[in-house]
Amino acid sequence: MKAWSWLKNNGVMIFAILALFYMLLPIAIIGLFSFNDPAGRYNYEWVGFTTEYWQNPFAVEDLTDSLLVSIRLAFFTSIGATFLGTLIAIALVRYQFFGRKAANLLIVIPMATPEVVIGASLLSMFLVYGVELGFTTLLIAHIMFSISFVVIVVRSRLIGFDRRLEEASADLGATPLTTFRKVTLPLIAPGVASAAMLSFALSIDDFVISNFNSGAEVTFPLYIFGANQRGIPVEVNVIATMLFAVTVIAMVAVIIQQRRAEKMAERRADEASKPAVSLPI
Amino acid sequence: MSALRQRLLPYGLLGPGLIWLVLFFVVPMYFMGELSLKTGSLQTGYQLTWEWSNYTEAISDYATQFGRAFWYAGVATVLCLLIGYPLAYAIAFKGGRWKNLMLFAVIAPFFTTYLIRTIAWKTILDDGSPVVSVLKFLQIVPEDGRVLATSAAVIAGLTYNFLPFMVLPLYASLERLDQRFIEASKDLYANTRQTFLRVTLPLTAPGIIAGVLLTFIPASGDYVNSTFLGSSNQAMIGNVIQSKYLVVNDYPEAAALSFTLLAIILVALLLYIKFAGSEALMGDEEETA
Repeated sequence: MKAWSWLKNNGVMIFAILALFYMLLPIAIIGLFSFNDPAGRYNYEWVGFTTEYWQNPFAVEDLTDSLLVSIRLAFFTSIGATFLGTLIAIALVRYQFFGRKAANLLIVIPMATPEVVIGASLLSMFLVYGVELGFTTLLIAHIMFSISFVVIVVRSRLIGFDRRLEEASADLGATPLTTFRKVTLPLIAPGVASAAMLSFALSIDDFVISNFNSGAEVTFPLYIFGANQRGIPVEVNVIATMLFAVTVIAMVAVIIQQRRAEKMAERRADEASKPAVSLPI
Repeated sequence: MSALRQRLLPYGLLGPGLIWLVLFFVVPMYFMGELSLKTGSLQTGYQLTWEWSNYTEAISDYATQFGRAFWYAGVATVLCLLIGYPLAYAIAFKGGRWKNLMLFAVIAPFFTTYLIRTIAWKTILDDGSPVVSVLKFLQIVPEDGRVLATSAAVIAGLTYNFLPFMVLPLYASLERLDQRFIEASKDLYANTRQTFLRVTLPLTAPGIIAGVLLTFIPASGDYVNSTFLGSSNQAMIGNVIQSKYLVVNDYPEAAALSFTLLAIILVALLLYIKFAGSEALMGDEEETA
């Protein structure tokens, strides 16, 4: 009876832990197999432990090249999509104008379209115009599918924004541009930064749309797809594990930084809250 | 600032981004539509002949792959919901101090490349792997059977890869749920099951709708999972479109197939929204006004 009520209370939690285990299992496998010493070309069965591939992870030249292409592509995608998307988000949250609904729709629909259709339609257009496929077509495609995600992230930050701060700035004689630069931008900066990181991540991970529009250019996921037939080198696992570790460390650092900033802000607000009106940000 | 300039400002802000979306999302759809009605070959060039037979042929030739794509995506979506709802529930209500860590575990798969994650499943489900040995011992898989290159493997891969897209919107709607509704339900003598079915579940419907859309739509067009975890017997419509465009170069029929896929999904989407409400698709429209 006691066991039953314990299970009733904690059943959901046990299930959740099992589900999380299921989600993390492949990541553990990727890490584990970066230490594998495969017998043949294929790295699917555990043979023996070695750190050989960690000592020289960039030994496979094609792989390293593809990784550099992906990083370069993700960097430019992130800049382009964040710029275009942030402007759209500001317009959508701040202004009432004719065609708002249509604009909203145009932003949502690409996210509800299967990637294979987006890739295929872009390729159709490039074919008709005889555009040579390569880095430029990849960049065009990646910016296109990242814009919607940037808009959504930045918009959610702008919605919780205290307009009075901008009014105060205007009252103090700042021009709209100065207000934007000195008040608006710093306040929405965290949202813009996470949008930039998200578009970087989307770009570096994209396979399907790139598959259609890459031409002879090979990104990291495309390299893996191509290498699948002849056997994926262990270095892929090493690099994937390194990318994972770098992302996790960066995220933890951002979270710690944010916590610290929030605490500082709280302390300052506490001190200031006694006489004046405090602005909830 | 003049009134005219003030009125034109939003268009100036929207302009560059929306033009990008029109040029590289809307216009390409037009070209794909046109290509799907052409005849010809890569050597002789293509002429617009309003070849509607491209569609009838494409659909009758690949009805199996269409059916399979929606069947696999449907099963994977249901599995994601069954796994994802309790998981999101546990994170939102039972997570306590572990909440952020659990959420982090949900998005952790995004930090490794999609293809590599899928290939990891190839390792896990490989013929000699411990998982398959256990399944054989339990007689779930016959002694001489295998898991790779079956529908089950592809569906497992789809379920795994799209689970975070189900969990995150579910978590968001559970997190927003006003606890007082649940207290009220208990005060009115509803038991746990009644409270869940008649209060929690209906109030989190927007999260379920968003999760189902975010899982089903990408899963139905996917060809990565069936490429790595299946065989040609598990080919989905995405595989056909990919090979027609990139291997066989049969562009008109490939375009007809992509357009059909898009049309089916849009129709399903509209029907679904009609029954389920439009908040899920348009997001927080009201709040922004």
